[in-house]
Amino acid sequence: MSRFLELNELKTYFPIFLGTVFRRAAGTVKAVDGIQLDLEKGEILGLVGESGCGKSTLARTVMQLIRNTGGAVYLEGRNLSELNPRQVRAERPNFQMIFQDPYASLNPRMTVHDALAEAIQTRGKLRKAVLTQKIAELLTTVGLPPNQMRRYPHEFSGGQRQRIAIARALAPEPKLIIADEPVSALDVSIQSQIINLLLRLCRERQLTMIFISHDISVVKYISDRIAVMYLGRLMEIGPAAAVVETPLHPYTRALVSAVPIPDPIRERARQRIILQGDPPSPLDPPSGCVFHPRCPYVKEACKRARPALEEKLPQRRAACIRIGEI
Amino acid sequence: MSQTAISFPGARDTGTHAEEAVAGTSLWRDAWYRLQRNKLALSGLVFFLAMTLACGLGPLFTGYTYERTELSLKASAPLQPIIERVGARKAGEPRRDGIALSTLEDEFLDKPEADRQAIAGKIAHGDTYRDSRYTYQLTSRRHLFGTDALGRDLLTRVLVGGRISLAVGFAATLVSVIIGVLWGAVAGFAGGKVDLVLMRVVDVLYALPFTVIVILLMVTFGRNFILLFVAIGAVEWLTMARIVRGQIISLKHQEFVEAAVSLGLSERRIILRHLIPNVLGPVIIYTTLTVPDVMLLEAVLSFLGLGVPPPMSSWGALLDDGARTMETSLWLLLFPALFFSSTLFSLNFLGDGLRDALDPQSSKD
Repeated sequence: MSRFLELNELKTYFPIFLGTVFRRAAGTVKAVDGIQLDLEKGEILGLVGESGCGKSTLARTVMQLIRNTGGAVYLEGRNLSELNPRQVRAERPNFQMIFQDPYASLNPRMTVHDALAEAIQTRGKLRKAVLTQKIAELLTTVGLPPNQMRRYPHEFSGGQRQRIAIARALAPEPKLIIADEPVSALDVSIQSQIINLLLRLCRERQLTMIFISHDISVVKYISDRIAVMYLGRLMEIGPAAAVVETPLHPYTRALVSAVPIPDPIRERARQRIILQGDPPSPLDPPSGCVFHPRCPYVKEACKRARPALEEKLPQRRAACIRIGEI
Repeated sequence: MSQTAISFPGARDTGTHAEEAVAGTSLWRDAWYRLQRNKLALSGLVFFLAMTLACGLGPLFTGYTYERTELSLKASAPLQPIIERVGARKAGEPRRDGIALSTLEDEFLDKPEADRQAIAGKIAHGDTYRDSRYTYQLTSRRHLFGTDALGRDLLTRVLVGGRISLAVGFAATLVSVIIGVLWGAVAGFAGGKVDLVLMRVVDVLYALPFTVIVILLMVTFGRNFILLFVAIGAVEWLTMARIVRGQIISLKHQEFVEAAVSLGLSERRIILRHLIPNVLGPVIIYTTLTVPDVMLLEAVLSFLGLGVPPPMSSWGALLDDGARTMETSLWLLLFPALFFSSTLFSLNFLGDGLRDALDPQSSKD
C-alpha cells in the first residue's frame, strides 16, 4: 500500500424503483462502475467528462458521502469503505471537499467565523483567542481580509464565497481535497484566481487533490495527470499535457477537439470530431465498450467485450482495443 | 482582490480593509428591515404587543376584580351612570351596592309609576334620596364596558380573559413547536424507516377526532387549565412536524449540509446548528399562524363549556356568556368578540408579513 489514495474497482450503483404502492426494482444506475485509480501524495489529478458521466458521484463516493456498492477506497492504506459510520466520521477531517456552487455550500445562517471555527475544531477544541487567530490566518491564506470574519455568506460575492469554502475545506488540515467543479459557477475572470489559489495551496501544503471539471483547458492547466470518464468508467488516464495534446482514446479525441483555441487562425483550422447521438442511459449501458455506439472507429469486437484500462504508452493507459490501429 | 460592497440598510461600507472587524448583517436583521417596511404587519405587531401589555397589566388599573359579583348591578350597559345604594345602618358597616340608572325604577316597584319616575329623575339629577331602608346617591363610578349578568366589570373580565386566551395560545403553541420541530427534523434527517414510523404516528394522530378526545379528557380529568395546554399542544404539533420534515428533506441535500457531513460533525450538531436554523423561517411563520388557531380552539372548547372553570374567564368563555344574552345585552358579546377578533387579525397580519420578510421570494410583488 504505497499509494496515497487508491480506488480499487470502485462501484456505486443506485437502485431505481418504480411505482408507489407496489415498489419494484426496475434496475440499477451504474453511476460509478469499476474505477481503478491511484494517486501519489501531492499529486493533482484532473477528472473530466461530460455531464452525467458520474464525476460527482465518484467524488461523493471517495468522500464516503455515498457508500460504495463494491470495490474499495484506500486512503494511506486504510480501507474507508470497510469502516462503520462512526469510524468514517473520525476519519473525515483527513479528506475534504470543495463544492461546485458557493451559493449553496455555505450555511446562510452562520458567519464566516462560525463556519470556520466549526471546521477547525473538528481536530479538537481550541481557546477563543487561538481560534480567532487561526481563522484570521486561514482567511489571509485564501486572500480574504480577516476583518470580514463576522459577516454572513450572502454579504460576499461568488468568488469570495468560494474562497470561504476553500478556507473551510483547509481548516481541518486535510491531506486530500476533492474539488467538484469548483470554478464552473464562477465568472471567467474569477475562475483563474480560484484555480491559482488552489494550485498554490496544493503546492505549499503538499495536498493531494482530485480536481473535477468538464473544462479540459482548466484541467490541463492545474493537473499533473488527467483521467477521462465516460458513463461511469475511465476511458483514459495519463500525464496532463500528453492526454490533451495526443489523446489516445477516441472519446478523449472528441472531447479535446471541442475545446476552442484562443487563436483565430488555428481556431479556424481546428478539426472538430462531432460525436453522433447522446450519451446512452446509465440505466441500460451498451454492451462491450460503453462508447461503441458513438465511436467513429467502432468494429464488431468493440460490441462484445469490455476493454480493460491498459498501459498503451509509458505512463499512459486507455480502455480501447483499437489504439494501435487508429 | 477587490471588495465589493453589497448594500444592505445598516450594513457598513466594506470597501476599506480597516483593522477593526466588520459586523455582518444576518438574514434575521435583513428580515427585520423588510418587516419594518410592511406597515400592515408592523401595525399587527404593535397592536398585538399593546394587547398583550393591556391584558397583562390592565386588570391592575381598572379598579375592579374579575370575580367580584354585584348582583344588584345586573347586566348594566357600558358607561351607565351608577347609583350607590347604602343600606340603613344596623350593626357594623352598612351595605353598599351599585345600581344602574336604567334599572333604578325597579327599586321602587311598591310606588305608583309616576312617583317612580320622579324619584328616579331626582336621583339621576344628583339629589340624595332616602327611604326607610336605603339611601340612594348618584356616583361618578362608571363601567366602561358595562357589567355582566352577575354585575362583574366586563372590561376587567375581558382583560383577564385575554390573559388566559393568550397564555393558552402561547403555551400550547410553544409545546407544539418544540415537539413538532424536533419530530419533523429527526424524521426528515434520518429518512428511511425512522421517517416512515414517525410520520405514520403523525398520520394516525391526525385521523383521531380531536374534539371528541379533548371532551373526553375534560370530562374524565375535570376542567383543568394545564390539561387544556397539553391537549391543544398535543394536536397542533402535527402540522408543524410535517412542515419541518418537508423543509429538512429539501435542505439535507443542499451542499452546505453535505459539507457539514464531510467535516465529520455529529448528527445532533448538524440538525441543531445547520438544519433547524434554516427552517426557522417557516417555523416562525407557522407559529404566528398557530397562535390564533390555538386561541380559536380554546374558544371553541370554552364555548362548549369545557374551557377554564368560572369565575375565571377567557375570551371563549366570555363569548359563550355573551352569546346567551345577546338579545338583551349585546355588549356582553360585542366587547369580547372585538378583542378576540382584532387580536386574531393582528396575528394573521403579522404572520403574513413575517412570511414575506423571511422569504422574500414568496412575496406576491
